[in-house]
Order: sequence, then C-alpha cells, then structure tokens
Amino acid sequence: MSSITLETHVDRSKMAVSDHIAIEIRNMNKWYGAFHVLRDIDLTVYEGERIVIAGPSGSGKSTLIRCINRLEEHQEGQIIVDGTELTSDLKNVDKVRSEVGMVFQHFNLFPHLTILENCTLAPIWVRKTPRKEAEEIAMHFLEKVKIPEQAHKFPGMLSGGQQQRVAIARSLCMKPRIMLFDEPTSALDPEMIKEVLETMVELAEEGMTMLCVTHEMGFAKEVANRVIFMDAGQIVEQNEPNEFFNNPQNERTKLFLSQIL
Amino acid sequence: MPDLSYVRSEMLPERAPPASQVGIVGWARANLFNGIGNSILTVLSLVFLWYVLAAILPWVFAPTWSKGSLNECREVFAADGGHGAACWGVIRERWVQLMFGFYPEAERWRPVLAFGLLFVALIPVLFNMISRRMNWVLLLVVLGLAGVYLGGVLGIIVGLALLGAAAFVGFKAFTTSKEDRAAEIASGVKRLPNPLFFSALYPFIAPWLLWGGTIWMPVGAALGFVISVLAYRSLLPFVGNLAGLIIAVVAALVWWLLLTAPFAGGLHTIIPIGLEPVESRDFGGFMLSITIGVVAIACSLPIGIVLALGRQSDLLIVKALCVGFIEFIRGVPLITLLFVASTLLNIFMPPGTNFDIILRVLIMVTLFAAAYMAEVVRGGLAALPKGQYEAADALGLDYWKAQRLIIMPQALKISIPGIVSTFIGVFKDTTLVSIIGLLDPLGLTNAIRADQNWNGIVWELYGFIALMFFIFCFLMSRYSMYLERRLRTDHR
Repeated sequence: MSSITLETHVDRSKMAVSDHIAIEIRNMNKWYGAFHVLRDIDLTVYEGERIVIAGPSGSGKSTLIRCINRLEEHQEGQIIVDGTELTSDLKNVDKVRSEVGMVFQHFNLFPHLTILENCTLAPIWVRKTPRKEAEEIAMHFLEKVKIPEQAHKFPGMLSGGQQQRVAIARSLCMKPRIMLFDEPTSALDPEMIKEVLETMVELAEEGMTMLCVTHEMGFAKEVANRVIFMDAGQIVEQNEPNEFFNNPQNERTKLFLSQIL
Repeated sequence: MPDLSYVRSEMLPERAPPASQVGIVGWARANLFNGIGNSILTVLSLVFLWYVLAAILPWVFAPTWSKGSLNECREVFAADGGHGAACWGVIRERWVQLMFGFYPEAERWRPVLAFGLLFVALIPVLFNMISRRMNWVLLLVVLGLAGVYLGGVLGIIVGLALLGAAAFVGFKAFTTSKEDRAAEIASGVKRLPNPLFFSALYPFIAPWLLWGGTIWMPVGAALGFVISVLAYRSLLPFVGNLAGLIIAVVAALVWWLLLTAPFAGGLHTIIPIGLEPVESRDFGGFMLSITIGVVAIACSLPIGIVLALGRQSDLLIVKALCVGFIEFIRGVPLITLLFVASTLLNIFMPPGTNFDIILRVLIMVTLFAAAYMAEVVRGGLAALPKGQYEAADALGLDYWKAQRLIIMPQALKISIPGIVSTFIGVFKDTTLVSIIGLLDPLGLTNAIRADQNWNGIVWELYGFIALMFFIFCFLMSRYSMYLERRLRTDHR
C-alpha cells in the first residue's frame, strides 16, 4: 500500500492529550454468530488523542470502531463513551451517537438531499437547531472543508474526494466530541486521498479526539499520537508512532510493516 | 529500433459531430433505416399499420351520434352500402348513466363537485410547482361554479362572491412578482393557509358530498383523529412510544365505533344541517369506479408502507402478523375477497347491523392493494444500500426519523414504477365489483342492453369504457414518469 506524503507541515501546538477519558473499553468481546471477531479488547482513549488503527483485512479493526457508536453490538464487557455506557437502552445509544461523528469508506451521503440538506438534517431533527442557524453552521463547516460553492448540488454530482469531505462536514455539524473514521480514503483515487487527509489533519490540529482505521501510514506517522495494530480480533501491539514503525516488537507486526512500507 | 517517444504540443479543441449523425436525418438513420434488415422491417410495419387503421377508422368515424336505437343505426349502414360501423347513439343517450349509475338526478352536482374538489386537493400533494395562492384560486373557482350552478338567490350571490374573490386573488398573484411577494411577507402581510390544509379535510368532505346525511357525521369522524392525537400527546410523558400509539388508536376506534353516531345524531337534532342522503345501491358508473379506486389508492400506500416496515421488524409478533397478512391476501383472488365482503361478512355481524356494501368493498379492495403495495415497498427498501441506514444511525436519528427522512424518501422513489403499476392494477380491478352486483360501468352494460333499443350492442359500450379507463391509467403512468424525473438527483 502506497502512502501519500503530506506536504503541509503538521502543527502540533494544539494537539494536547488531556487526562480526561473519552472512551473506555473494558474486556470487550464480540461474536458474529459463532465467529469470535473481537477478543478481550481493552482500550482507553483520552480526550485529544489521534489514534490510528491498522491491521490486515478481517482483523476486526472496523468492527471495533463500529462498536463505539453501536453500529455493532458487543456481547461481553463494557464500552463507556463520554461517561455513557452503551447498553441496549436506545436513549443512551442515541445520546452517544449524537456525540460521536462517523465517516465511512463509501461516504454514505444521502443522495436525495442536497449537500446543505445533508449537513443540516441531523442538527435540525436531532439537536432541534433552528433551520437558519443549522444552515449557518453547515456553511461554516463546508467552508472549512473547502467546498461551500457545492452547497446546493446533490452528492451524485461531486467527485469522491469532495463527497468524503462533505461527509466529514456533515459529521462536524453535530459538533461531535469524538470522530471515528472507517477507512475514509480506501475508495478514493490518489489525487483525492490527499485532499481528504489534509482535511483530517486540520481537524487533528484543532484538538479533535479521533479514531481512524486507515492504511495511510504517512498520516499515522505525522498525525497520530498512538498506533494500534490488530490481528485476529485482538490488539497485538500499540505504541506511539515513532516506536511503532521503527521498533516493532511482535512478529506479526513486523511482518505486516515489512509488507506495507 | 523505431522511435517510440511522442509529445503533444497543443490540446485538440472540441468539434461538432458529423452532419449525418444529428437532426432528423441522423435520427431516422439510427432508428429506422439502420441496415437492410431494419429498413425492411420499418417498411413492413408501416404497411401493417396502414391496413389496421384502414380497417378500424371507418368503423370509429361513423355518422351515428344522433341515432336513437340500434335499428336506426342499421338503416344508416344499409344506405351506406351495408358495411357495419359503430353505433355511437348509445353513448350519447346513456353516458350520464355510465358516469353516475342511478344516482338521483337532482343530486348529481354533488359527485361532480366532489370530483372537482378532488383535483384541488390533489394538486398540492402531487405537484410542488403550483403556488399557494393559485391553489386557493382553484378552490374558490370550483366552489363558486358550484354555487352558481345550484342557483337560487343565495347560491348565485355566494357563487359570484367566491368567483370574484378568486379573480381578485388570482389577479394579485399574477401581477405581483416573486420578489415583491417575498418583501410583503417579510413586512408582516399574512400568507394564505397552506393548501395541504384543504387536502387533509377532503377525505371528510368527499364522503359527505357523495352519501349526504348530516354534516355532523364527517365532523365527528374528523374529531376521532383530533382525539387520537390529543390522547397520544397527553399520555406520551407517562407511557412509552409504542404504548402511546396503541392507546391513541384504541381511543380513536372507540370514538368512531361507539360514540360518533350518537354525537352526530344529537347535534343534528339541535342544528340540522345536511344533504339529502343517497343510498349506496344508487351509486354506479365511473363515479363508483373512481370512488373505490381513489380510496383504495390513497389508503393502500400508507398501509402498505406500515406492512413493509412490519415485515422487516425485529419484533417477532409484529413481523409474523405482517407476513401472515401479506401472504394470505396475496394468495387469495380479489373476487373471493369481494364475495366474502358481499355475503359472508353479514353472517358474522350481529343481526340488524347495516354495514354498507360499498364500505365493505372499499375495505377489501384496500387491503388487497395494501398487501401488494407492501411487497413493492419492500423491494424498494431492499434496494437501499446498508450504508444509508448506518449513516442515519450514526447521526443519532431514531428509527422513525430515519425512516421518514432518509429511508422512505429513497425507497419510495425507487419503487415508483411498481407503486404506480399497483395503483393502475387496483383501479382496473374495481370493475370486478360488477360480479357482486354493484353497478360499475361494466355492470351497467347489461342494464343498457336490456333496453330494447340497444339490445345487441357490445363493441361501442366496451370501447367507450376501455377508453375512459385508458385515459385515467395513462394519466397515472405519465404522472409517475414526471415524478421520477422530478426526483432524479444523480446526474443533473
């Protein structure tokens, strides 16, 4: 997997990790039928952390972050997001979901709504923001991802990179405290990967707590404060990026890194 | 070794396509005379078309509009050389009957008015381009015309006043520009109420116009919805969403089944306002077909959506009920259901209850259409990518909001062709009610042939009925294409 080099210099001045816990996962297990996809996951994420989760396909990394906003249910253990535990209580689930933004591999924009409507829908219907205010917020974030001029077009008329930036703006409109990225650049052409990564770097520079499943190791080196390597549903190794890439400990990690770098 | 390197020095500009590819010539070459085989087929088709039209058109354009019986028509044909042709006199003499059945002559303005109001009520639902004010103009015109038609001093004064109001509002709407109007509204000028308000009232107005009786009956029926909503709103803080919904439905049912009749009867003795009641057995003709068709179409879509959602539900009992209902109804011919409606149902009713035959048929046809609709909508739901559900969930939208704002708009858009096919099918299936003795247009053909003047006439009646059905179905089909175009958001 090639990695895109980021030309912009990453400004780390605001990227401080606080000692407030954003997400706590304790002894979490998940099965698909009889298949044990996630095994004994223990993970504490502090506010302001930028975590990159890497690993071979089928290792459970997407499933792990999808458990954090309960797109997938876990069967054992605890997941506590921002002080709220995820259980079958739908009120808690909706509360967590409105605090946690998610960006998908295939963007999942709503094709029947304009870009602006995509961005204002959740603020209006979930947060009860007045329409006018929601539109102002949406335009603010569309300017941030550098596509305000597309606001009245439909998703189908935009390029993949633009769509993914809209998807990021759509999540940001809910003013989330945590952002989850599920392979945000895997469906994009190289030229478009860069524009999306630059948007993500900007977000990191503002101190957003981010969990990112990605194969972009350049992004991991520049932006992450922690890299987690998963295989066979388990966390195999985690470390700060310099150590992780230059001095991997586990054999499985070494093999993986030797193949992708 | 050949030289493989090449560098372009300037980019090529765009050019127009060759002349043989565009315009009428290009179209004909591509579509009609594309090769020898296609050219032969084109010519053969034209010859075939010529023969068919040459046989049919003289039959259709026969000078028999004014004739009073089949025998008079035959005299015309004999004088003309013995070729048989259509005898259209029957349509001239009987078209009123084909439209209204045996609906009392003095009251026929009521179905006509109901039909006119139907369009006024449908326009804001079907189209979003006609302005708020133009819709009110339409409503005022229809009501005004009805007033003038009814006559009497009061009718003409009220009718003319309504028409005048329509002209005034229409003239103002026509002369003020969009910008001026926006400025007026911004400065505090009140807008007219949303025309959807009238569309919501129409389901109560139309049955009252058609069947007549006291005005307190439709008022009572509408009150049922108000009671239901009030019960839901006031109980919501104390009980859950689902329990609130169930209580609201039960409250409405109790009101309709037990309390509406005494309520309406009581008020009628105090304030007697009403129309001459018309019995269901006097209904007939296209008025009956359209009544059944419109009700079945309007009710089957929401019921079908609920059934489709129920079929996908995680709640086991809800799912089983929906699947059972859909599969049972789809597994039984409509005729069977209609026979149940016309005969068997009375056996289960307590003696002495008078459960209107048209109402029974309406329920059966609606349920039948709803079962098919549920499967059509399910197809649309299945075609949606899973990512749409996930994105809606991830934004914190709850189930109903996600369905209403994200899932249904897309699923219904995908299913438009199937939905409209079902609508068209239901409308045509309304002719089956002739089998249980209701006098829809097909049922009336027998009554007309029983007249000695028209004994033996077949093609003209069926042709006329077919033409009328074709017009309605074709309009629905064109509307669905318009709607698909309007909702297309991918590559504009």
